[in-house]
Amino acid sequence: MSSSPATETRSMNMIQAINSALDVCMDRDPAITVMGEDVGYFGGVFKATEGLQKKYGKGRVFDTPINEGGIIGVAVGMSAYGLRPVPEIQFADYIYPGLDQLVSEAARLRYRSAGEFTAPITVRSPFGGGIFGGQTHSQSPEALFTHVAGIKTVIPSNPYDAKGLLVAAIEDNDPVIFFEPKRIYNGPFDGHYDRPVTPWAKHPQSQVPEGYYRIPLSQAAVVREGEAATMLAYGTMVHVALGVIEASGIDAEVIDLRTLWPVDIETIEASVKKTGRCIVVHEATRTGGFGAELSALVQERCFYHLEAPIERVTGWDTPYPHSLEWAYFPGPVRLTQALKRVIEA
Amino acid sequence: MAEAPAAPNMTPLSFHVPEPRFRPGDAVDYADFDRGEAGAVARPDVAALPADMRGHAYSLVRVLDDEGVAHGPWNPRLSPDRLRRMLRDMALTRAFDDRMYRAQRQGKTSFYMKCTGEEATSIAAAHALDRGDMCFPSYRQQGLLIARGWPIGQMMNQIYSNAGDNLKGRQMPIMYSAREAGFFSVSGNLTTQYPQAVGFAMASASRGDTRIAACWCGEGSTAEGDFHSACTFAAVYRAPVILNVINNQWAISSFSGIAGAEATTFAARGIGYGIASLRVDGNDILACYAVLDWAAERARGNHGPTLIEYFTYRAEGHSTSDDPTKYRSAEERGAWPLGDPIVRLKQHLIGLGEWDEERHAAMDKEVAEFIRDEGRKAEAQGTLHDGLSQPFTTMFEDVFEEQPWHLKEQSAQMQAERKAAGI
Repeated sequence: MSSSPATETRSMNMIQAINSALDVCMDRDPAITVMGEDVGYFGGVFKATEGLQKKYGKGRVFDTPINEGGIIGVAVGMSAYGLRPVPEIQFADYIYPGLDQLVSEAARLRYRSAGEFTAPITVRSPFGGGIFGGQTHSQSPEALFTHVAGIKTVIPSNPYDAKGLLVAAIEDNDPVIFFEPKRIYNGPFDGHYDRPVTPWAKHPQSQVPEGYYRIPLSQAAVVREGEAATMLAYGTMVHVALGVIEASGIDAEVIDLRTLWPVDIETIEASVKKTGRCIVVHEATRTGGFGAELSALVQERCFYHLEAPIERVTGWDTPYPHSLEWAYFPGPVRLTQALKRVIEA
Repeated sequence: MAEAPAAPNMTPLSFHVPEPRFRPGDAVDYADFDRGEAGAVARPDVAALPADMRGHAYSLVRVLDDEGVAHGPWNPRLSPDRLRRMLRDMALTRAFDDRMYRAQRQGKTSFYMKCTGEEATSIAAAHALDRGDMCFPSYRQQGLLIARGWPIGQMMNQIYSNAGDNLKGRQMPIMYSAREAGFFSVSGNLTTQYPQAVGFAMASASRGDTRIAACWCGEGSTAEGDFHSACTFAAVYRAPVILNVINNQWAISSFSGIAGAEATTFAARGIGYGIASLRVDGNDILACYAVLDWAAERARGNHGPTLIEYFTYRAEGHSTSDDPTKYRSAEERGAWPLGDPIVRLKQHLIGLGEWDEERHAAMDKEVAEFIRDEGRKAEAQGTLHDGLSQPFTTMFEDVFEEQPWHLKEQSAQMQAERKAAGI
């Protein structure tokens, strides 16, 4: 998967892998600049930028005022100068004040200036629930960005991918939203919230090269091959899907999209044409979610291969409730039932 | 909604909605407007602490008096050649505006915006800043491009969305982009360019460069969140940036009071952020130049940002889509107590013995002919009236650096559908 020879590897969790990606990129390209709330001296509330200010100086890693519109707006101006900003939005739930600068400015700058100005910005932001974060620390707003022409949206599901994809995102010359599923920062999560957390160290994808490598954007990964159905997932839900398959014994195929948009349509199409059944899984609210787009794409391209209606297993169309988090989360119970419905249809 | 006050024995609350002094048909009287004397406002050191110059946010820096004589510490003492260049740049901008306004009325383009009466604000900036300094304009800073020598014909091509349009017909008229001229792509969303200019300045400072940045917005759009984000970031990082607010009194039909002018000045917005803030006669190009030059020197000396409010008047409608007779008195323009920037600089030059009516008339004729000739050349490449000049498939280019599968598909679909429909 890597485009350069593997270097020495070590076991990393997602945070360490992301930190390593930032470090490797900053070391290679002096234009890369990290900014955001608490990212400097402190190294970020999740510690993703730890040690970077000390190593690269305040000119390249600095704390910002609590003003997401300002953070993104300033990043667009830095791009006009020639830098490659990598702003952190502390939680995806806080990204909305920056939407105008992302949607009206960063996303359209190349188009509206016919290439005179571009916005090679990678916005990193922890997203998703499962940490009792309530409605302001749990949201999955990816569909807001997949809807916007000119923005790429990337979501990794493990440390190896997180580093390789973040390197590719930072090197991409278009704006990229890089959502990090914070529930799996420290270990994969199969949706059984009442069981002990498994650390990344026991997972093969935690073996991360120390040096430079990249995973090309817009390439999905078939993380489990199967014949019975195709499950389209990303982020945390990849692990929930794998857990359900293991528990149910149903031979389903799991595709980790990795890049949501532009999505790897070929891999999706080939899989659904093979299995004839499709389940779309995400934690975000259902209506108008990215699953709706996936469902439409599969219907348009695979209609005559489908043996069953496409199922969507998603968060409910409510704000993310604090105490009822696990009733909201599209966990193994719901996913198992949907899988059985699709198989038996 | 309450049917009765919660406490009938207390004074009912009242709701204040600001109202301009003059509406259509009203006689206009600006007698109580205190513009101050030319030359009266002190010129602080460029390293002055913002806290030590707060009064400058409420006074009005003026150099030229009503007779066109320059006074006081802000007199930039520019050479006659420089003054004549500034005069011609303003005249050229006005002639350009007149031509493009007529072109819109003739159906050659969809839209136009004049800057009549406000020419001094942009022309002064182009002369005070270095060519390498980056400008993040709003939509009424065509004077920057004209004074920086960006080809007039290129501006016209953009307005006509014709075959020579460097933006491939994608942008509404006047939303230029001219990287070579240090002119950032104009956005239709207001004040988004403010934090961007601050970001450019932060980047330049963080890399030890010498380039500074400047941005522009109107008084109405100082209400946008981006204005306040920009002020915060500019102050925090002492960014080498000049934040320009063109207070032309009207935001489409909303007078400056709707943006807060009844309570304070727009320059005073900067005080709370700890930004050096000044208010200047926007129709006095010497005063505009002097304040900009002060701000640029301050930025270059690492003394931080400056906020400048230009007190001026939008002599024409907001755009060709606007009819200002519907909401303001037609007398305002003629009664404006700060006059016309071109007339005032002309008067000054004549007073210096460096200009006369004959030369002025010759200049007006020369710029009108130049604009006419440039217009003909641009129109030879097509106008919006002539139909679309861009190949249809260019619509799908530049969304991303490389065209993804879905845009290739949509481009092919569009072509197939048009072909099937026989068009």
